[in-house]
Amino acid sequence: MSASQWRRAMNSGASAAFKTMPAASARTSGAAGASATPVTETVPRLEALRRAVSLRHVVVLACLLVFPFVATPFITFQVASQALVLGLIALSLTFLGGYGGMISLAQMTVAGMAGYALAVLGSSSAAEISLGWPWWAAIPVALLICALAATLIGWLSVRTEGIYTIMITLAIGVAFYYLVLQNYSVFNGFQGLREIYPPKVLGIAWRDPLPFYFLTLVCALAGYGVVRWVVRAPFGIALQGIRDNPRRMNALGFHVVAHRVAAYALAGVIAAVGGILFAWYNGLVTPGSVSMSWLINILVIAVLGGMKHPLGAFLGAIVFVLLQTFAIDLIDRERFNLVIGGVFLAIVLFSPDGLLGLWEKLRLRLASRRSLSSNQRRQK
Amino acid sequence: MNVTKRIWVRSALGAAALTAMLGTAWAQGQPVKIGLLATLEGPFAAGGADGMRGAELAVKERGGVVAGRKIEVIKASSDAKPDVAVNSTRKLVEQDKVDIMVGPLSGGEGIAVKDYSKTQPQVTFINGGSGAQATTLVNPSPNFFRFNTEGGQWMVGLGKAALAKGYKKTMVIAEDYAFPYSQVQGFMSEYCRLGGKVPEKAWVPLGGKDYSSVIAKIPKDVDALLVVLGGADAVNFLNQYEASGGDKPILGGSITVSQDVLNYRGKRRDSLVGTLSAGPLADSYDGAGWKAFVADYQKTYPVSAGGFPSPSLFAYVYYVNMKAALDGLAAVNGDLSNNQAKYREALSKMVLKTPNGDVRLDANRQAIGTTFVTEVVKDAQGNLFNKVHSKVDNVEQMLGMKKEDFKMGSRDVPACP
Repeated sequence: MSASQWRRAMNSGASAAFKTMPAASARTSGAAGASATPVTETVPRLEALRRAVSLRHVVVLACLLVFPFVATPFITFQVASQALVLGLIALSLTFLGGYGGMISLAQMTVAGMAGYALAVLGSSSAAEISLGWPWWAAIPVALLICALAATLIGWLSVRTEGIYTIMITLAIGVAFYYLVLQNYSVFNGFQGLREIYPPKVLGIAWRDPLPFYFLTLVCALAGYGVVRWVVRAPFGIALQGIRDNPRRMNALGFHVVAHRVAAYALAGVIAAVGGILFAWYNGLVTPGSVSMSWLINILVIAVLGGMKHPLGAFLGAIVFVLLQTFAIDLIDRERFNLVIGGVFLAIVLFSPDGLLGLWEKLRLRLASRRSLSSNQRRQK
Repeated sequence: MNVTKRIWVRSALGAAALTAMLGTAWAQGQPVKIGLLATLEGPFAAGGADGMRGAELAVKERGGVVAGRKIEVIKASSDAKPDVAVNSTRKLVEQDKVDIMVGPLSGGEGIAVKDYSKTQPQVTFINGGSGAQATTLVNPSPNFFRFNTEGGQWMVGLGKAALAKGYKKTMVIAEDYAFPYSQVQGFMSEYCRLGGKVPEKAWVPLGGKDYSSVIAKIPKDVDALLVVLGGADAVNFLNQYEASGGDKPILGGSITVSQDVLNYRGKRRDSLVGTLSAGPLADSYDGAGWKAFVADYQKTYPVSAGGFPSPSLFAYVYYVNMKAALDGLAAVNGDLSNNQAKYREALSKMVLKTPNGDVRLDANRQAIGTTFVTEVVKDAQGNLFNKVHSKVDNVEQMLGMKKEDFKMGSRDVPACP
């Protein structure tokens, strides 16, 4: 059988499999909510948890908790919170790209949809557009809309590979940009929707630096945890199998398309949470928030940090935000973009795996002095 | 191989350490800190750079000192997007701890920064170049001041001049955001009142490249086109309109025929000659203050050093706003105590001497000032410039309407098809 015949056979099998997709995705999305999983046995679970959490996790978590009390409100809000939010959006791309082998440029689009959905359903400056729903109704519906949109985007793009996936998601992203730019009845055109603020819950002003930091931290940790957990669950293992060899996985009886679409849906929800936080952070959502430059910024963040581990998205976001904020202080005001570009170039040039790769190299070099068998430690 | 690698690693570490040191070495002295925000990226990059020049000129006039305190200007950039403008402003206010904030440049940015200013009552915000009506009309912020007149005010007088030229029907082609809405309203409220008609309005996205669909929509029977496009957009439109054989006379918005557009070196630039437009400045105005300002600008920023032949609108409005900030400081002798209360009172009551005459503020801290109607002509050296056609003094934000009759300009307001 020739390669093209193989491919056709695989595709037809996949499209047949797609008919069962809703059931499959329902199963996976059910599994994503930790509370929905049936508790098997408590003791081995605790044991597993204890094994999964090591000293460095505790140290990092403690640092994250203490950080806002040490840093200035500006650093807490504009640098740390923004990095966590952007990291969360980039995490959705890391999940898709690193574990599913699908580079989607439309993750910022999904995030922007969440912001727009929240503004339209909730409250904003444009009283004639916003429906004024309370936050507990607007947020879940916004997330649902984004999950559906992400599923649709996934369904459109999973039949393509590599650069074609990038092209089709880019096309979707740009189409959405022009839609919100030119539609006035729902999206308010170029000016977008302003005055999107988090609700006052429990008497806390959630947009103040400290509460907002913890809000973003909780969301970011949850996103990180979900991704770490999903990639070890059967669904995630199958996804990685599909990334490495879709044809073989298909032959083994896995629904390639269904798994990929489900991955898009999950990534969509993560991006949507990030998008809602980003809208709150900016206090507005405009076509500028879903423009080409932002679609690419998210890719830059993910690549900068490294796609091999969910942590990379957050590392990349920190570097990105620091550069965006402070590069102008380092150099002539008209040339600061040169610094940003230069650093990105340097990181990608010296470490194709981003900052994580750099870290890995350092660790390897330090460890190799101690023992020769350290290679085994790299296996995860 | 290994050695070069190590050198790389070390130099990278060195650079990182240097970065950290620079970061901590920010000045902490006594000078009064003024944040300055303009667009150094995006569609208004050229205008933003000239705005910075205008603001620097005002600082230079005082020799960098006001009320015995050194003036320290900290700059930031945006790309005409409101979220970027707020991020940059937040950095200046919260990280660099500026006392006074001057900026931003474009309309949407101005509204977003005004919203943000409400959360920072300890800092006085003075507009840079932004000209959206809503900034000072809708939910004005008590610590946001604007010493330049805005987009609507800039167009007063143009409607009358257009009718005098015999343009009875005009089509509007404008960018689709707050500032052009104001500009179109400023033009139409007068034009329609005096009997002009606007059968068609085309709102195009900011930063558009292709205007062929708009050009195809131009009705045959209109007498002129009102083009409210800025920077590169205006140049793109004019090129395409010429190329498609269009020959209708053009009325320009205030930033359409600003110096950065007149200065464009394209082959079709001569088509701009004869264009009527209106704005807060006129290159050839012969007031003594204006002439001194232009001479100062040309001396400080010669064309060889990147300056324009004559200061652009952005240079002028940034100059005026920065001058207001400094004059206010001088008036209260640098006293910024008590949440800058005295300073703000001085600003509110000030009669600002600008190169184009006196400017006062209204109750919303919005400028009342002069508007010029101008016509583009070519001088002996081949430079295009704006010749004064007429001058209107004391233009206020309500455009002569009563407060209850006044409706903010939008896509559909006003209308006279």
